Amino acid sequence: MIDLSKIGPQYLDILREVGNIGAGNAATALSQMLNKTIDMNVPAVRVVPFKEIGDTVGGEETVVAAVFLLIEGDAPGNMFFMLPVNEASRFIQQLTGDPSIDFSDEPLNEMASSALNEVGNILAGSYLSALSDFTKLNLQPTPPAIAVDMTTAILSFGLVELSRAGDYAIVIDTEINEKNNDDTVRSKGHFFLLPDPESLNKILQALGVPLDG
Amino acid sequence: MGEVVKVGMADLNIAKPPQTIRTSGLGSCVGIILYDEKINISGMAHIMLPDSSYARAGLLNRAKYADTAINDLMDILSKEGVAKYRIKAKIAGGAQMFKFSSNNEAMRIGPRNVEAVKLILEKLKIPIVYEDVGGSSGRTIEFDPMTSLLEIRTVNKGVVQV
Repeated sequence: MIDLSKIGPQYLDILREVGNIGAGNAATALSQMLNKTIDMNVPAVRVVPFKEIGDTVGGEETVVAAVFLLIEGDAPGNMFFMLPVNEASRFIQQLTGDPSIDFSDEPLNEMASSALNEVGNILAGSYLSALSDFTKLNLQPTPPAIAVDMTTAILSFGLVELSRAGDYAIVIDTEINEKNNDDTVRSKGHFFLLPDPESLNKILQALGVPLDG
Repeated sequence: MGEVVKVGMADLNIAKPPQTIRTSGLGSCVGIILYDEKINISGMAHIMLPDSSYARAGLLNRAKYADTAINDLMDILSKEGVAKYRIKAKIAGGAQMFKFSSNNEAMRIGPRNVEAVKLILEKLKIPIVYEDVGGSSGRTIEFDPMTSLLEIRTVNKGVVQV
């Protein structure tokens, strides 16, 4: 069993590299969808204790719109993509051309939800296919589900399986930069890859960096 | 207003006036408050899983599981002079954050956490004075040991005091 708190920085670098390639693919797909240049990169991959996980998205109670997917196949786990609720609204307004979309409304606009689901799907799919290419592992996302709520409330849902083996998660920060004519708008998108305990070992082994115990 | 004692995910702590005790963003997790109205001491646990047999590895964070967390909290409160027969409980959380078509067991973890907490409290003969459990919304809770009031905040539904 891997103790995530003792994972070496070299392993995180490899995960970051894979993340960057996945982000590159996702950016291409999103750029085509939105018909504008979208840049994505992974500034950091971090091991975060559960207690501090809310802070990674700007505070435990920050309201976010989140897309959740289960990873099935050789290395099961969970994935989240989340955006602060205002940014999610702006993003989907642009995508759908409907300026009335607001993710803080309840019940959620169906069109808005399915658009955000689609974005989450594309991002997750891009990440997973990059990871699959590198590891030769078969990784498939389930259909996405969406929720708008407090960061920690949402994340805890994905930490259940992981929490059976430890108190740490791997967070892949993702920055989305939208290039307008004059300036760049930076969105604080966060991507959480939460492989099940055994899966991380499989992934690292497949990447050629086996861990000792 | 006194200091706020923060309880993180898979964590527990106690508070005395003028402190209040708080945990943020309970999703499928359950927040358990055990309190003694007579001497105004309260404890809070933020559990993630129903019982410690779920643990896989040797290392056990006892605050993560309903059974071990409640037992430990009881021990700490006893050392603080809380009388077992006076302890009452308020609980909140155990939501199902996502609606999934998949039949994955993990999807039901919220309701199972609630069941486990209730069962343990019943065994210990601790009355549950208030519960706000289930649903599909996250909750932030803050308890004031002076007044025994629990404040529950839910996104889009505002704040209630119970």
